[in-house]
Amino acid sequence: MTAFPASQMIVGAIFLLCLATTVVGALIAALTARIIRSVCGLAICCIGLAGLYYFLHSPFLALMEILIYVGAVCVTIVFAVMLAEPDEPVRDEQRGTSLLWGGVALVVSAAIFWGVWHLGAQQDWTAPVARVSDGSVSAIGKSLLTTYSMAFELISLALLVAIIGALAVARTGRTKP
Amino acid sequence: MNPMPLPDRPEIYFTVAALLLAIGIFGLLRRRTLIGMLISGELIFSAASLNLMAFNRFRAPDPAVGQIFVLFIMGLAAAEIAIALSIIIAVYRNYRSVKTRELSELNG
Repeated sequence: MTAFPASQMIVGAIFLLCLATTVVGALIAALTARIIRSVCGLAICCIGLAGLYYFLHSPFLALMEILIYVGAVCVTIVFAVMLAEPDEPVRDEQRGTSLLWGGVALVVSAAIFWGVWHLGAQQDWTAPVARVSDGSVSAIGKSLLTTYSMAFELISLALLVAIIGALAVARTGRTKP
Repeated sequence: MNPMPLPDRPEIYFTVAALLLAIGIFGLLRRRTLIGMLISGELIFSAASLNLMAFNRFRAPDPAVGQIFVLFIMGLAAAEIAIALSIIIAVYRNYRSVKTRELSELNG
């Protein structure tokens, strides 16, 4: 028992807040008509997700989630929104067809949710016998530079190719020939 | 009072990850612009990362492996976003639109 018994309740409340932030952010990201609100929803969802990572004993990944997703990915999407005015068009099709497709999408996503939830949460996964490492930042660093050094170098190569490819693709058509 | 505190229950994380995946797929099916579909794809990436992290915390013998895996996912997601956005901008220059309904012609 801890010295301060309400601390567990406070931790639980913060955890529930992170859960709610993640789910509400994802709903905003998927459902709003304006793309800029959708980007903000994605940022909110990623902040909640960073909190969940913190509760999963990996504060380094929580930091990286905020740094990469909120700081880089969302800002990049906002740049594209400024360049390409991508608001959702008003519905020009029949209302019945639109509702039908919405229903189909809802059924498909509900079926996927049920299947994945059933697989993950209802199964009796075996707990590990012993922990090899403690999952700290130094353990991650050692693994990155020993066991996973090949993948580490390959991902830097992939990022380089992505940067060059993005520049090359976005450059074509910029000036009239 | 619960026997186990809330943050130590794996089912909650699995449920949230499944919910994120479902929301992402729903958005992917419903969105009618390329950037909206890209955002939904990011939600699906996040669902995969959360699922991996939950398994890593509760069921893996080496907790560093899942974190490294999720770091790689983040790096690849950033690369994918850069490429996809540059393609979207190139598409917008050609068609003056990023609505998926209007991008229906293939031309070399």
